[in-house]
Amino acid sequence: MAEEMRKGLNKDGLTNTFLIAVFLCLICSILVSGLAVSLKPMQLLNKELDQKKNILRAAGMLEAGSDVGADGRTVEQMFADFNVRAVNLDSGEYTDFAVGYDPIRAAADSTVSIGLSEDDDIATIGRRENVSLVFIKTNETGIDKVVIPVRGFGLWGTLYGYLALENDLSTIAGLGFYQHKETPGLGGEVDNPKWKQGWQGVQLYDDGGQPAVDLVKLRSPANSDASRYEVDALSGATFTTRGVKNLVNFWAGDLGFGPFLQKLKTQQMQASVGEQH
Amino acid sequence: MATQKEVLIDPIFNNNPIALQVLGICSALAVTINMATTLVMCLAVIFVTTMSNLSVSLLRNRIPTNIRIIVQMTIIASLVIVVDEVLKAVAYDISKSLSVFVGLIITNCIVMGRAEAFAMQNGPWLSALDGFGNALGYSVILIGVALIREPLGSGTLLGYEILPTVANGGWYLPNGMLLLAPSAFFIIGFFIWAIRAWKSDQVEEPEYEIAANAQYKEAM
Repeated sequence: MAEEMRKGLNKDGLTNTFLIAVFLCLICSILVSGLAVSLKPMQLLNKELDQKKNILRAAGMLEAGSDVGADGRTVEQMFADFNVRAVNLDSGEYTDFAVGYDPIRAAADSTVSIGLSEDDDIATIGRRENVSLVFIKTNETGIDKVVIPVRGFGLWGTLYGYLALENDLSTIAGLGFYQHKETPGLGGEVDNPKWKQGWQGVQLYDDGGQPAVDLVKLRSPANSDASRYEVDALSGATFTTRGVKNLVNFWAGDLGFGPFLQKLKTQQMQASVGEQH
Repeated sequence: MATQKEVLIDPIFNNNPIALQVLGICSALAVTINMATTLVMCLAVIFVTTMSNLSVSLLRNRIPTNIRIIVQMTIIASLVIVVDEVLKAVAYDISKSLSVFVGLIITNCIVMGRAEAFAMQNGPWLSALDGFGNALGYSVILIGVALIREPLGSGTLLGYEILPTVANGGWYLPNGMLLLAPSAFFIIGFFIWAIRAWKSDQVEEPEYEIAANAQYKEAM
């Protein structure tokens, strides 16, 4: 102790070690947390903008890698055409939602989601949220496009994306994934623009109202009944292909947005009948 | 005592952290698919290495020997989080494509290596220069790799088309191999070969010699 006093504070002494450790941790934590808090609003804005871009890309209104639409409108301007609504997936009714509601996060919370049995869970997502979001683009005559969030397991991980439907609520307008872990060049070809084009015009529901999308190695003859539901499979990516097929059919089905889309269709029909009278 | 110029310039070719010391390979494989992410990664590493060397050097007479590695780690980790948060706020798309590799700068041996080997023994100015120089050496190799991988792998450079690909109606069929990490191994290998052919003093003594083939007579 006495020696320590004489030399001033010993660099390797216990006191100095503690002092330096506490001092450094304090400085670093203040720096890091201060920065994190002050940058949070900007990061949230970026995240929102990114989601809006993904939705517009699925709806075919924004090219991949581009920030402005074909008509020169910005993402915010184009997204203003969309109406964001929350939907109770079981009843298919609109509900209220808080700003910043995240359906994917809700699916992890057992109080606002349901566990899926193995037979029901064709998309292998484990749990499904009770309330999800839909993005509805309207024009003068009514609904123009409806975009729903979809997700499901591929080969290496969950694919997250958006499925866009035309105004008949049955024809696919586009499908795009914004996050996935599939093998580049094989399953990763879900990002290939040419393959994505193949989704346009594909029928989501068969005549019985059941989701019927199929990814096939060999397309049925053109104009045949089966070809209306078919999309090319991805070569060399059996699991990814199966995953994509299942996730589209799951989210279009009874446990997904099926009840909501059915209800919307009925409303549309009633409205058009009302106009004719 | 090393001069300022040596400290800054040496790591670029004479003592390159990737080509001679073979450090920081992980991120060199991962982020060099396109030039934009590579440049951002280089800037991030330049910032972290320079600042960590500077801070460690300023504290070097106070850092207790027993906990010096943890102290260095804490400083480096804080700087990396700063970079990550700033990127998420101002360059969201690039930060998304860099994903975990910004966070992994913490484990980049170059940063830690320079803090422990140089900044603990040298003054702040010289240490900052050394950090900057080493990060520059790292960047030179990364940019070189990206310069080969992006055009040959996707026909573009910084997003601008330079080799029109077949998919877009041109003549170039992109080489998918260059989009995968192993291609960077080959490219870095060729760089090391080129640098050692140019500066032959970097060639290492062989650790052992393969025995000559058995002679015809011995085998009888």
